[in-house]
Amino acid sequence: MTMTNAVTFRGVSRHFGPVRAVDAVDMEIREGEFFAMLGPSGSGKTTSLRLIAGFEQPTAGHIEIFGETAEGVPPYRRNVNTVFQNYALFPHLNVRDNVAFGLRVKGVPKAERMRAADEALALVELAGLGDRRAGMLSGGQRQRVALARALVNKPRVLLLDEPLGALDLKLREQMQEELRKLQRALGITFVFVTHDQDEALSMSDRVAVFAEGRIRQIGTPEEIYRRPATRFVADFVGSSNVIPADFAGAGPADRWASLRPEDIRPDPAGRNATITSRAFLGRVVRLGLHLEGQDLTAILPAADTIPMPGESLSIGWDTARVHVMEPDA
Amino acid sequence: MSAHASTTPAIFAPRAGILARSVDWVIRHPRMFVFLMVLPITLWLGIVYIGALIALLIQSFFSIDEFTGLVVREFTLKTYAELLRPVNLDIIVRTATMAAVVTVAAAIVAFPIAYYAARYAKGRWKALFYIGVMLPLWSSYLVKVYAWKLVLAKEGILTWVFAKLHLGWLLDAALALPVVGGNSLSVSYIGTFLVFLYVWLPFMVIPVQASLERVPGELLEAASDLGATPRQSFWLVLLPLAMPGVVAGSIFTFSLTLGDYIIPQIIGSSRLFIGQAVYAHQGTAGNIPLAAAFTVVPIVIMGVYLWAARKMGAFDAL
Amino acid sequence: MRSETRAPMALKLAAVGGLLFLLLPIALIFLYAFTTEEKSYQFPPPGFTTKWLGVTLGRADVWQAMGLSIKVAAISTALALVMGTLTAAAVARSRFFGREAISLLVILPIALPGIITGISLRSAFSLLDIPFSTWTIVLGHATFCIVIVYNNAVARFRRTSGALIDAAMDLGADGVQTFRLVILPNIATALLAGGMLAFALSFDEVIVTTFTAGQQTTLPIWMLEELVRPRQRPVTNVVAMAVVLVTVLPILAAYYLTRDGEHIAGQDK
Repeated sequence: MTMTNAVTFRGVSRHFGPVRAVDAVDMEIREGEFFAMLGPSGSGKTTSLRLIAGFEQPTAGHIEIFGETAEGVPPYRRNVNTVFQNYALFPHLNVRDNVAFGLRVKGVPKAERMRAADEALALVELAGLGDRRAGMLSGGQRQRVALARALVNKPRVLLLDEPLGALDLKLREQMQEELRKLQRALGITFVFVTHDQDEALSMSDRVAVFAEGRIRQIGTPEEIYRRPATRFVADFVGSSNVIPADFAGAGPADRWASLRPEDIRPDPAGRNATITSRAFLGRVVRLGLHLEGQDLTAILPAADTIPMPGESLSIGWDTARVHVMEPDA
Repeated sequence: MSAHASTTPAIFAPRAGILARSVDWVIRHPRMFVFLMVLPITLWLGIVYIGALIALLIQSFFSIDEFTGLVVREFTLKTYAELLRPVNLDIIVRTATMAAVVTVAAAIVAFPIAYYAARYAKGRWKALFYIGVMLPLWSSYLVKVYAWKLVLAKEGILTWVFAKLHLGWLLDAALALPVVGGNSLSVSYIGTFLVFLYVWLPFMVIPVQASLERVPGELLEAASDLGATPRQSFWLVLLPLAMPGVVAGSIFTFSLTLGDYIIPQIIGSSRLFIGQAVYAHQGTAGNIPLAAAFTVVPIVIMGVYLWAARKMGAFDAL
Repeated sequence: MRSETRAPMALKLAAVGGLLFLLLPIALIFLYAFTTEEKSYQFPPPGFTTKWLGVTLGRADVWQAMGLSIKVAAISTALALVMGTLTAAAVARSRFFGREAISLLVILPIALPGIITGISLRSAFSLLDIPFSTWTIVLGHATFCIVIVYNNAVARFRRTSGALIDAAMDLGADGVQTFRLVILPNIATALLAGGMLAFALSFDEVIVTTFTAGQQTTLPIWMLEELVRPRQRPVTNVVAMAVVLVTVLPILAAYYLTRDGEHIAGQDK
């Protein structure tokens, strides 16, 4: 597959009065990839999505979609479709007419668009539900209708705005897998907005971590997880111990370092920590530790020798496993 | 479905036609879009309506030449001074008192109706209450006044009911009261009050019911969970939360009573209300400045009232 | 707010009493339309007749007044539909400078007593030398009809998710298609309800109309003249009944429209 960019942002900003929702963002989304935009609410990820869809116009900067300038192009002239956060199914239309809507406004004859809509419904495993009203469906079914409604138009880029946010945990995990499969099968570029780090890391080819309107890091899930660029990324992606670099024995005092819990091990020659909590998780035990004024989390293989809270444990780590981060902007 | 995905363009060509293009342009300029949407209302209400109001206000600062009867177009406060003459002051006090009494009575009568409809009525009863309030609200104003002319007539149903119940003496006693009484109900302040109350009551019921319906049931459960008796939950939880609705309703009852000139003309004593004074001065007397000055009175009263109501958050209950 | 508990007896009595107070006088109108008594409002009526229905049907002045009222109400409602909907869309869907001022401006004509609207329009007409016509009546009526349409439309716009409009455009619908295929079907019942109520309000309006009609007679003005100087009580009785019937139907229709509308618009947020 050639590595053309599906979407390119160059110095893109979107300001609402004094609020810098998106601030000087540079990013390249490659054709055919599953790209996640991850960040807390208000970090600029949804505004970035709306800039790609065309609901927002940049205050400054340049956006390209497959090499074509997108500024000033309204949403309906972009071959880009969106699965909305709460699905935004048209309440006055049945499921089939919802799915056929995009083809209808493009002037596709009725018989043809009905057939295409039924095909799209079959693709998301909702064959036979075309005559239902959107309001009669369950959350998971609505989600699939929204997906079919977007995919039937064969968009070059599919945007998904927290599409799994309203589903319960089990359905969520199932849909994560299905979305991934669908994306591989169709080869369409998926751009996925989420605030759930596990979801972003498990589903996507690459992740952009947003904070305060800026991208803090773009990389593969492994890169983001193993080598968080800044303290914010490490904190947000979670589960790493964020400690001063000199404390970790790996760098200068003005830097932060990340140390993953599984890299901490018992070491008779190491430093003496107090155990503050202890959770048995099956094959491993998660320990809360207090070491020289720092709180740490460690994950150790389960063993009878692990002491109880209040007792002490001598620990250490390989300084080569410590990742020293850039300062936050 | 994937086969042709990459052959379609990423951005479609603009649509043809002047309409499509101009709509495109407007959508790309959201500020212009909003401007175009509010332009008609701004021209209509902002210029025609407000313009007329301001022109009226300006005329209240003119005066009338007592000899020629013509309007003198010079700034003066003479006309406002005339408002303070006892005969005119009487009119203002009489109208404001009536508006206040009608408002309080409407709140008292409306509350149980709204409360029952919001909290207890279900299904058919709910529909009945809805129709029961909407029907008199939307029925012709004049028909309602006419209906009361039938009710209050000396030979009418009310006299008949009192007579059948052997309570004729009570009616006579009420009519014998000084000031509010009169020859018959249809020429007394009691009659005027009853008609005002009737005609504006739905305007009180609706916002009160709306605000009561917005009170979540859990709040009352929480109150009783915390040990409040039903009476205490009513006074400490429900009533304060329904207050914006009462205030919203009172805007209508108060304002509508202040400005009405037909009800007191048809049912009541011959003593004037503000509306009648305005009508008389602008019409036969041709004294537009005094009529204008009279209309400023309800504007000022309502301005203060609306300002206070806004502070209490009453507009959310409209 | 909803509760399963039974209402206290006193509350029930007060509520039902209030309801009777609201409905009985209107019921009386129907009774009097058939009375044989011509000179007074005697109760109980001495006898019943349907003679006055025919007499009223033959009255040209009643028909003329009715025709003018319908014409004015139709034009005012049409104007109010356009302006009320546009304003509601702007106020509900976007934030802009002067938004608060406009939402206040819209309710001003009903917040201020009608007599003020009436006299200020009349003095403006006389200052500008505008002769009285159907249009001067319309000018006054549309002013307060707007708020009725506006209130209905703004509530529906708020319930209808803005994401629907985004979704339509995202799927390729341009501005015109979005309006026709998505916005209009979602607000249609609210507009119909608002339009019918505005029509009823205009059809019935008398306070502003007395100032803006000049020598023209709308149906309410005809009734007002009869109320002030009763000359033909039996005909007035019948006209009153007809007016009640004409207003009841739109209210019932509006009730069912907005009730169903809530189901449609409330399904998806």
